[in-house]
Amino acid sequence: MKRAAFGQIGFPILLLIPQLVIIAIFFYWPAGYAIQSSFYLQDPFGFGSTYVGVDNYTRLTTSRTYLSSFWFTVIFTTLVTFFSLAIALLLAVKADKVIRGAKTYRTLLMWVYAIAPPVAGLMGVMLFDQSRGNITQLLSTFGYDYRLGVNYWDTAAAMITVSIWKQIPVNFIFFLSGLQAIPRSVREAAMIDNASGTSRFWDITFPLLAPTGFFLLIINITYALFDTFGIVDTIVKGEPGNNPMTLVYRVFVDGFRGGDLGGSSAQSVVLMVLVLILTVVQFRFLERRIHYT
Amino acid sequence: MKIIKIAATAAFGLTATGSFAETEITFWHAMGGQLGETVNQVAKDFNASQDDYKITPVFKGSYEETLTAGIAAFRAGEQPNIIQVFDAGAATVIGAAGAVIPVEDLLEQNKLDFDINDYIAGVRYFYADADGKMIGMPFNSSTPIMYYNQDALDAAGVTAPKTWEEFAEVTGPALKEAGYIPLSQSHLPWIFTENFFSRHNLQFASNDNGYTGNDTEIMVNHPAIKAHFTALTEWKEAGLFEWYGTGWSDNQDPFESGKVAMWLGSSGSFGGIQDRVEFNFSATMLPYWEAVTTEPTQTFIGGAALFAMSGHDDAENAAAAAFFDFLASADTQVMWHKETGYVPITEAAYELAAKQGHYEEFPAAEVGIQQLSLPGGDFTRGYRMGFYVQIRDVMNREYGRILTGEASVDEAFENIETEANDLLSRFARTQG
Repeated sequence: MKRAAFGQIGFPILLLIPQLVIIAIFFYWPAGYAIQSSFYLQDPFGFGSTYVGVDNYTRLTTSRTYLSSFWFTVIFTTLVTFFSLAIALLLAVKADKVIRGAKTYRTLLMWVYAIAPPVAGLMGVMLFDQSRGNITQLLSTFGYDYRLGVNYWDTAAAMITVSIWKQIPVNFIFFLSGLQAIPRSVREAAMIDNASGTSRFWDITFPLLAPTGFFLLIINITYALFDTFGIVDTIVKGEPGNNPMTLVYRVFVDGFRGGDLGGSSAQSVVLMVLVLILTVVQFRFLERRIHYT
Repeated sequence: MKIIKIAATAAFGLTATGSFAETEITFWHAMGGQLGETVNQVAKDFNASQDDYKITPVFKGSYEETLTAGIAAFRAGEQPNIIQVFDAGAATVIGAAGAVIPVEDLLEQNKLDFDINDYIAGVRYFYADADGKMIGMPFNSSTPIMYYNQDALDAAGVTAPKTWEEFAEVTGPALKEAGYIPLSQSHLPWIFTENFFSRHNLQFASNDNGYTGNDTEIMVNHPAIKAHFTALTEWKEAGLFEWYGTGWSDNQDPFESGKVAMWLGSSGSFGGIQDRVEFNFSATMLPYWEAVTTEPTQTFIGGAALFAMSGHDDAENAAAAAFFDFLASADTQVMWHKETGYVPITEAAYELAAKQGHYEEFPAAEVGIQQLSLPGGDFTRGYRMGFYVQIRDVMNREYGRILTGEASVDEAFENIETEANDLLSRFARTQG
């Protein structure tokens, strides 16, 4: 096949080297270092470290607060992924049907994408602020006393809402281009067979969007697990207190802020393993059901 | 094109002569906003006061971020000459022998005068080692005090409470009657824990509050503080106290907007409040429980200290020493005190500020320093505990759970004790 284009194996490897070097330096080396330090207890300044075996790991499994962060992260990731995909899909389907002023609508919907996570978090803080927030005031007219930073689930709701809002535009762009890639002939054929818009969507459009959806699912889970750091940090204002924390934020709080490098290395190794499992599961089980055209 | 060339030559010329004549040192700090501008002013004054040294202050974010950046830089061999480390991080930096040069040694090596007794009592030993040698020089020193809205107290017909009993029985109910939320506070671990123990002269941790050994155990699970938190939950229920979360300003804002009548904050908050509020305000000392003690003692300083990091040559260390010397001078201290509200750290500076009539004009500015100069006790020097940033996080979490009704006082204090002791024993192991 195409392999014939290269005379020997040396040249392709040479071409791959820059990429491999980047991966090795920025991924394998720090990852290896994290695994190594997760078995040690280190003085923050690096004057000495003691080998403690799996202590840093057993500590996590017995920590009530680590487990509660774990379950919060599961709930958080599920909700953020589901709603940011669902809302984006709905908007994309509707925007796809718009004929007049289509470009303006689309641009407006994509706009949010340009906002950095900490800025999104800051806007969330303003909207949900205890004394001045618009959403807080709105909720109080319904008789609900919303308390950001005081009540655990009130803070969680703000984190989840802002994270979803921030991610919708990315999903929207991909869904919209996915929709536009569906051949006109297929849609027209479907229209002749079935008059109901809803069942046409579920039987024809949705399966054809599956490759896009699968790709976005992975992107969104990664986003919810890792990229929401800035949003979480701004919403708790750097002082988690009794508010919920995602696992990634915890690595920062215990390791960077708290100076416990060994313990937080163990936490990051746990995260690495989680992502590994997730990736294997997704590609093994989900991808089989998806047909690329 | 020509202009750019000239400008470039000029700039190059300036830096060239600059680096030729002066020893340049860097100073990492965590003072943002207006405080940062005052820090820049201090540095500018220092640079203008002599020709041998030039200091460059760099803002590195919050206290935690500054310490983390300093540690990372130290590990990479790129550490600044001077770094500002906050109270809770003191054990980390002092515990790492070899990371810093004790300020007392630094000044003596460079033939500059140093006498620890020049420093006011509450400031003297917080950043000192077990033998009383000063390791870090107190920089922005503050202590928790109680601010009150004078108009609110007048409307309610009461005066600021001296004891918590008075607050619960007289001040609180009267202020509530007058339509105010009587009380809020901004930092539960600092104000209602560390300084609670100091104000009542109770032991906070074994090993002399952690100063004399590494195998320290926290003694936070004490009946007096548990009674205090039980009272807080009752006051909250009765509308005498409100808690707006762990964030500092979330609790200060309602005081500044006039909703809350009395607020416990930092003596260093004085300047900011004065700029912002429209009502008449003043301040008084932190109340105490008469049931616990009839002779309340001093509180200790919060805020942060400056540490000279090791690994620099003699010329740079001399520059750092000169800056410390400049900083401790009465004139600099008075300027810093007046601009920011942080307390002056030496007796001489305190006297100078008094002589200039500062406290006649602003009586509230003196409260912090008066409280720091109260009689001390065995446990009023401060505390020294490792991984203390994390211990504070645990306290914040558990106190939040108490005040939102998620945990009982007993349960929360047991959790704090267990988790804090676990962290302390981990820290002891890193110190090998």
